[in-house]
Amino acid sequence: MPAAPAPAAAELSRARAALDRWVRELMAWHFGPDTGSPFWLDWAARAGWDPRREVRAYDDLDRFGPFQDEWLRGGDARRWVPKGYAGRPVYVFETGGSTGVPKSRINIDDFRIDYATFSDTLPDAHFPKGADWLEIGPSGPRRLRLAIEHLAQHRGGICYMVDLDPRWVITLIKRGDIEMVELYKRHVIDQALTLLKAHDTIKCLFTTPRLLEALCERISLRKAGITGVFCGGTEMTPQFHRFAVEELMEGAYFAPTYGNTLMGLAGHKPPEPGDHWAVIYYPPAPRAMIEVVDPDDPTRVVEYGATGRVRLTTLTKEFFMPRFLERDECERERPCARYPWDGVRNVRPFSRFQQAVVEGVY
Amino acid sequence: MIELPILRWGRPYQSVDRVVVPHVRTREPFVAMSQANHGLIRRDLLRQAEPRARLQAMPAADLVAAAHRAAEAFLHDTLPLGGSGTQSPQDYVEQVSATTGMPWASVRRNMAKVHGVLSRVEEVLAGLTRGLDLAVLDSGIGTADGRMLSFFARADALGVVLPSNSPGVHSLWAPATVLKMPLVLKPGSAEPWTPLRIIQAYVKAGVPAEVFGYYPTDHAGGNEILRSCGRGMVFGAVASTKRWKAAPRVEVHGPGYSKIVIGPDAADDWERHIDMMAESIANNGGRSCVNASGIWVTTHADRVAEALAARLAQVTPRAADDPDAVLAPFADPATAHRISATIDQDLRPAEGGDTRAARDVSAAARGGERVVSTHGGTYLLPTVVRCDADHPLANREFLFPYASVVQVPADQLPDCLGPSLVVTCVSDDPRFRARFVASRHVDRLNVGAIPTTQIGWDQPHEGNLFEHLYARRAIQRLA
Repeated sequence: MPAAPAPAAAELSRARAALDRWVRELMAWHFGPDTGSPFWLDWAARAGWDPRREVRAYDDLDRFGPFQDEWLRGGDARRWVPKGYAGRPVYVFETGGSTGVPKSRINIDDFRIDYATFSDTLPDAHFPKGADWLEIGPSGPRRLRLAIEHLAQHRGGICYMVDLDPRWVITLIKRGDIEMVELYKRHVIDQALTLLKAHDTIKCLFTTPRLLEALCERISLRKAGITGVFCGGTEMTPQFHRFAVEELMEGAYFAPTYGNTLMGLAGHKPPEPGDHWAVIYYPPAPRAMIEVVDPDDPTRVVEYGATGRVRLTTLTKEFFMPRFLERDECERERPCARYPWDGVRNVRPFSRFQQAVVEGVY
Repeated sequence: MIELPILRWGRPYQSVDRVVVPHVRTREPFVAMSQANHGLIRRDLLRQAEPRARLQAMPAADLVAAAHRAAEAFLHDTLPLGGSGTQSPQDYVEQVSATTGMPWASVRRNMAKVHGVLSRVEEVLAGLTRGLDLAVLDSGIGTADGRMLSFFARADALGVVLPSNSPGVHSLWAPATVLKMPLVLKPGSAEPWTPLRIIQAYVKAGVPAEVFGYYPTDHAGGNEILRSCGRGMVFGAVASTKRWKAAPRVEVHGPGYSKIVIGPDAADDWERHIDMMAESIANNGGRSCVNASGIWVTTHADRVAEALAARLAQVTPRAADDPDAVLAPFADPATAHRISATIDQDLRPAEGGDTRAARDVSAAARGGERVVSTHGGTYLLPTVVRCDADHPLANREFLFPYASVVQVPADQLPDCLGPSLVVTCVSDDPRFRARFVASRHVDRLNVGAIPTTQIGWDQPHEGNLFEHLYARRAIQRLA
C-alpha cells in the first residue's frame, strides 16, 4: 500500500460530520413536499417511512436499498426535477445507450459545480489559467462536452472540440470491423491535428486513453505545445498510467480521472513511488461518495486494500441517487491528507464471466 | 517466482501489469508475465522498418548458419530468460510442464521438433520455396533454371499470436528469421517459454536482439499486433480467430479436425491400423491440431470403436516426470469438467424426436468417470464416441485424446469430412485416393497408414511461410 500521508483523526471526523450534515440537508430538500422531485416524493409515499426523520447520517442511506438502474431508463425526465428548481432550464445527459434505452440524468448546474470544483485539483503550472483547451472525445448527449467547455471557461480559456461517437465505435467493435474503427480514429485525430496546428493558444487537452495514444503516434505533445493532459472516459490501468507519463507526456502533466454522468467527477491522487502507478481516485465528497462493496453482499463495505464492486451515492440538490451498484470493480483506498475520505484504486470493468468451452486444441 | 519481461525490439521491459500463472499441479504462483498495454505495442510497432533493415543487411547464408547454432543453443544451452534469470534445458522442460501440464517426455519431443526445424532450416525452406537459392533474398534478384526471378517482402514484420497447447507449433514461424523477417510475438498465456527460448537461442547465435518483439498481452493487444504488422499468423479457437478469416495477410490456424479414413478396399484390414489410429489420437496428449479427432470408415465402425476405446484405455494419467506419460492435466480443473459436460450434453438425445445416436464407447473400457483427479492434476481420459456423420460429436476437437468413429458410404468420402487439416487416407484404390487428392477440404494428405501426427518438414504445413512473407514480381532488364 502507498505511504501517502494519512489525514489526522480529527480531519476524518470533520469530513464525516460534514457529510452527515449534508445528507440531512438533502433529505429535507429531496423529501420536502415543496422542494422534492416527483420521483422521490412518490417513492417515499409508497415506502411508508420519512427519510427526513429517519435518515440522520450517511450510513442511514442503506435504508433505501440499492438504486435501480431501470429507474433512469426512459419515461418523463421531469419526474426527477426537484420542485425547488421548477422553472429552471434543465439539461438531460445520457450514459450507456450503445444498445437499448440509455440512462438519463437531469442537470441544471451540477456539471458546472462539479467541474469548477475539479478545476482546483489541476496544477496551474501545467494547466495555465487563460490557456485554451482541446477536447477530443464524446459530445452529443453526454455532459462531457459542456463540462470540459465549462472547465476551460472557468479557467479563463476557450475550448476547441473534436467529436467522437462512442456508440458507433462500440457498434463497429461488435461487428468486428476493426479497420473501420481505425479509420474513424484517424478521422478524429486528423481533425485534432488540424486544430492544434491552427491554434497555438491550445495548451491543455482532454481526451480518452485510446485517443491520447493515437494522437501521440502522430505528434509530439511537447512540440504541439501541450503542457497538461486531462484523461478519462474509459478504463485506465496502472501500466497505461506509467506508459502515458513516461512515454507520451514529454513533461506535460497527466491528470487521470474517473467520472460519469451519474456521479460527477473524481479527483486523482498524484502518483507517488509507493503507488506503483496505481490510478487512485477520490470522490467529490460530500456531493458524491464511492464505496467498494462485497459483490455478494452489496451492503457490506470491504476492507481497505480488498477488491469489491463500486457503489455510488450521488448527493446533490439536483439529483439524489443512493447506493447505485456500478459495473466496475476496484480496490478500496484509504483516505489521504488531500481527501479525508475513502478512495478507490485501479477501477476496471466488473465481470464475472461464464466461460464457454473452447472448441479445438488452442 | 519467475519473472518474464516484455522484449521491446530486444530490450527487456518490466510492466506494472503482470499476469501470474500458477503451477498446474501445486496451484502455487509460478511465473509472472509482464503485460504489454495496447498503446505500448502500437508505439513500438511504428518502428518495424529498422529491424527489417538490420535483417536485410545480413546474408541469408549467415542466417541459415545462425539458425543451426540457435538449434543447438535451444536444445542444449542455458539461456537468458530476458530479465535477470536464466533457463537450462531441464528448467525449460519443467517450466513448460508446470504451466501447461504436459509431461516432461512430451515437452522433450516437442523440443526436438523445434530443434529439427532450426537445424534443418534450409531443407524446410527448400520445401517451401521449391528449392530456391535463398541468396535471392539478399539482393531481391536471382536466377533459377536460367530465368530471372525477383522477390520482395510483403511486410516489415511478422506478427504472431501464439497458442499454449504444444511447443511444437512454434516450428511454423521459427524459420521467419532466416527469411529476414522481424518477429513480433504474443505468447500463449500458459506457454510463454518456447517463443522466448527460441528468441534467446537466435540471439546467442548472433542474430541481433532488436529484430525480436515479445509482447505478453491480452486479446486486444494480440489483435493490435496482427493489425499493425504487414503479415500475421494467429492460432486460436474459432470464436477468437474468425475476425481474421477474411484478411489474407493473416494466416489463421484454428482447430485441425484431422481425420483418418479407412477406404472400402482396406476396410476388413482395420485391425492392422489400430495402433496408428491410437497414435494419431493420443500422441502429444491429443493437444495438437494434427491429432486425429475422427476415424471415418465405410464398415465395421462399431468394432473399430470398441477396439480403439480398449487400446486408448491403456493411456492413463502418470506423473509428469514418468517417461511413459502421455496425458496432460488441465491447468484449470473447471475446464476439464466443462469439456466433459459438453460431451455428455451432446451424447444425450435431443428433445423433439432427434434420433441421431451417439455412444461413449470408452465409458465401459475405462470403467469410471471421464474426468479424474490424480497425480496432483485433473485429467480427461481418452474418449471414443461412436456416432453418425451428422451428429454434433462427429466433427469436434478437444484438448485431450478424443475421437469420433463414423461410418459413411464410400461414395460420400471425402466430401462429407468437412475442412480437415490432416487426412490420412488408408486405401490402395487409386480412384478412391484420387478423390482425396482433388479435395478442397484436405489441407495435408497422408497417403497410406501414416499417423496424422507425423510431419514431413519439407512440406508446407497449413500455409506456406515463404509465400506468406514474400511475393514474386515480374522482372526484366537490359542485358
